[in-house]
Amino acid sequence: MQKSFDKKKFLSQNSIWLVLIVLVIIMSIAQPSFFSVNNLLTLLSGEAVKGIMAFGVMFAILSKGIDLTIGASAALVAVITASLVQPADYANAILPGLGTLPAPLVFLIGLALGAVIGGIYGAIIAYTKIPPFIATLGAQLICRASAKIYTNRPVSNLSDDFRFLGSYRIGGVFPIIIIVFFVMFAISAFLLTQTRFGKNVYAIGGNDQAARVAGINVEKNLILVYIWCSVCAAIAGMLLAGRSGSADPANTGLNYELDAIAAATVGGTSHTGGICRVSGVLAGILILGVINNGLVMLKVDDNMTNIVKGLIIVGSVVLDMRKNAKRA
Amino acid sequence: MTDIVKEFPGVRALKGVQLKVRPGTVHTLMGENGAGKSTLMKCLIGIHPPTSGKIVFEGKEVHFKNTLEALNSGISMIHQELSPVPERSVCENLWLGRAPRKGLIVDHKKMRQDSIDLFQKLGLDVDPDEKMGNLTVAKMQMVEIAKAVSYDSRIVIMDEPTSSLTDAEVEHLFRIIAELKAKNVAIIYISHKMDEIFRISDDITVYRDGEYIASDRAENLNVDKVIQLMVGREVTEMFPKVDCPIGDTILKVENLSAGRAVKNVSFELHRGEILGMAGLVGAGRTETAEAIFGMRTVTGGKIYKDGKELHIKSPEDAIANKIGLLTEDRRGNGIVGLLSIKDNTVLANLKKYGFPLNHKKMREDTEEYVKKLNTKTPSIDTPIQNLSGGNQQKVLVGRWLLTDPDILIVDEPTRGIDVGAKSEIHSLITKLAGEGKAIIMISSELPEVMGMSDRIVVMHEGIMTAVVDRKDFSSELILKYATSDVPYQPADGKQ
Repeated sequence: MQKSFDKKKFLSQNSIWLVLIVLVIIMSIAQPSFFSVNNLLTLLSGEAVKGIMAFGVMFAILSKGIDLTIGASAALVAVITASLVQPADYANAILPGLGTLPAPLVFLIGLALGAVIGGIYGAIIAYTKIPPFIATLGAQLICRASAKIYTNRPVSNLSDDFRFLGSYRIGGVFPIIIIVFFVMFAISAFLLTQTRFGKNVYAIGGNDQAARVAGINVEKNLILVYIWCSVCAAIAGMLLAGRSGSADPANTGLNYELDAIAAATVGGTSHTGGICRVSGVLAGILILGVINNGLVMLKVDDNMTNIVKGLIIVGSVVLDMRKNAKRA
Repeated sequence: MTDIVKEFPGVRALKGVQLKVRPGTVHTLMGENGAGKSTLMKCLIGIHPPTSGKIVFEGKEVHFKNTLEALNSGISMIHQELSPVPERSVCENLWLGRAPRKGLIVDHKKMRQDSIDLFQKLGLDVDPDEKMGNLTVAKMQMVEIAKAVSYDSRIVIMDEPTSSLTDAEVEHLFRIIAELKAKNVAIIYISHKMDEIFRISDDITVYRDGEYIASDRAENLNVDKVIQLMVGREVTEMFPKVDCPIGDTILKVENLSAGRAVKNVSFELHRGEILGMAGLVGAGRTETAEAIFGMRTVTGGKIYKDGKELHIKSPEDAIANKIGLLTEDRRGNGIVGLLSIKDNTVLANLKKYGFPLNHKKMREDTEEYVKKLNTKTPSIDTPIQNLSGGNQQKVLVGRWLLTDPDILIVDEPTRGIDVGAKSEIHSLITKLAGEGKAIIMISSELPEVMGMSDRIVVMHEGIMTAVVDRKDFSSELILKYATSDVPYQPADGKQ
C-alpha cells in the first residue's frame, strides 16, 4: 500500500521527465540523427545559457515574483566584461590601451556587477512593494540602454582565457559550457534545498505574511533572490560573449528572459508562488531545447516551432494547476 | 425564521434558532462573539443557505440561494466590513451591476440624476461623482444604505454599523434609521453597544452558542437582564486550570499605543502566569499583540522584558527576544499551506539547523512535536493544508515551542477547531505556564478566557478598561468592562 502510493507520487512529481523521454523518442524516430552524441552536445550547449538564466529566474517566480531584466543585464555585463579583455593593440577596442585583464579577475568583476544590478532592483521591489513585473521591466529598459550607451558597436576580439568557459571543448569535442551549466544546476539545487535561504524563499512565495510572522526577514530574502537572478544573468552574459566571441549591446541576450521564464514555467514552477523543483526546471529547459533543436533538424518552419512552444508552455501550466488543485 | 439549523463541516453553528421581525421596527440581535448572529443573517440573505429550517418573508416561504436573490426580493445587508470598489465613483458603486442603459450604452446622465434624487430623499450630503475610496467610512455606509433603499428593501440588516463612526455620524445614522422605520422598513441591527441598542431598538432577541435564548420588547428589558441572558451559564470546569506559582515580572508594557487601534495599554506579565485578554470585536487585543510582536508599528509607550527595554521592529526581533505569537488568522499569517508539516514546523527556527541544513535533525524535531502534541497526519511530508484546522493549529503550536519562547502570545488559539483538539491545546497552555513560561491568551470565548487565566485584561475599542483578578471573575463583570468607555485606573493601594 505504502509502496504503491509512493510510486504514484513519484510518477506525478516526475511526469515531466516522461514527457521529455517521449519527446526524445519521437524526435529520434522522425530524424535518427537527432539522437547522435554530436547533436545532443550541440543541443545542451545551445540551451546552457538560457538554462542558467532559468535557474536564476525560478527563484524569483518561486517567491511569487518575476525577473524580466535578466536578458538585458546579461548584455550589460557582457559588453562591460568583454571590453576588459580586448588586446591593447586592437584598433577597435572600446577602452583603447587598457589591454587584456586576467580572465578570473574579469569574471569576478562581472559577478559583482550582476550582484549590484540585482541588488538595486531587488531592494526597490522589497521595500517599495511595487510589482516585480514593473520593477524588472523598468530595469530591463535601463540595462539595455546602458549597454548601448557604454558602446554602440559589438565588442569583439576577446582573449582566449575569457572565452574559455563559453567556447572551449574538452578534447575538441565536449563543450565545457555544459559542465558550467550542470555546476549551476547543482548550486541552485543546493541553495534551494539545503540552505535557509531556499526554505525562506519557499515560505515567502507560499505565504509571505506567515513567513514574516515566523521571523523571516522578507525584504532581505527578496533582495537576495534578485541578486541571485542577476548573478545568473551575469554568468550567462559572459558565457554568451565567450561562446560567440563578441558581445553586442543591442542583441546579446535579447528576449532570453522570456525563454528562461518559459523553461522554469514548463518545469513546474508556479507563478502563484511556493512551488518549484530544480529537477523539474532542468527537464523544462531540456524539453524546450529538444523542441528547438529537433524541429530545426526536421526543417520545420521557425514560426511553427514557436507555435508548438507556445502551446507547450500554456498546456504545461494548465496541467500543473489541475495537479496542484487536486492536491489542495 | 423558524428552526434554523446551520451546520458547517464539524460544527453545528446554529441549533434550531428563530427570529421574528415586525415591519417598521428596529430589531436588535445580541449575543457574545460566536453566538450565531452573523451566521443567522448569512442564512437569511443566502450567503450560507440553512441546512434546515424555514424562512418566511411577507407570508411566503423563501429559499434564497445567493445575496442577489435576497436583494431583489427586498432584503439587503450592510456588512461590518464594507466592500466598495474604491477607485470608481459613488454613483457607479451605487448602481453596480445594474446601471441604467440606453441600448448597449450606460446612461450616465440618468444614473447620476437617480443618485442625486436618492440622496436627497434620504437627506444625504454625498457627491455622486466623488471616488468611493475618498469617502469616510460613515459616508460609505450611508451610500450602502442608499443602495439598500434603491433596491426597495423591506428588511435592512446592519452588522455593527457604528463600530467606526464618530458620535455625530452615529446620530445621522439613527436619523436615517428613523426615516426607514417611518417607511415601514424593518431593520435588523447587530451591535454590542448597550446604550445605543436601548436607544433605538423596538425588539431584542438574544442568542447564545448557536441557540435561541429569548426575545422581547426592548422596554421590558434592561442592560443587566440582557447581559445575564447573553452569558446565562455557569463557567464549568472543563478547563484544566492548575494553579502554578507565579514568578517575577517578565514583561512590562507601559502606555503602549499603535495608531488608532491601541491606546495607552499598560500591563505586567509574570513568569508562570496566564494573562487573559477579553473584549469584543474591535477591542484592539490582536493589535496589542501585534504591536508587542513587531508586526505593527508602535506609536507610543515602552515594552520591557526582564527590566530591559525592548525595541522590537519585526517578528524577527521578537523571536530573538524569545517572544512567540500564535496568530489569530491561521490561514492568513500562520500556515504556509503548500509546505509540509516539517517545513512549517521548523519555519521560525531555521537558524538552528545550520549550513547546509541538517535535514535529519529537522525531521527528528518535527517527529518529536507531532508526537508530543498528538498531531494527526499521515506523514510529516504532507502539505499542511491537507490537515484539519485543529491539527494545523497543533503544528503551529509546535513551531513556537520549538523556538523555546519565554513569552508566548496565543490569539484565539482554539477558534474553529474541534472540541478534542481544543482541550488538548488548553492543557498544553496550562502545562507551559507550569514550566515557568508566561502566556498571554487572547480569546473571545468568555468561558475559555475565564477558565484559563490568572488575570484578565479587558479592552474596548483600543483602550484598556479593566484588569480583573481570578477571584473576581464573572461574565457579567467582564462584559460590563468590555462595553465600557472608561479607561482603567490602576488601584493605588486603596482597592
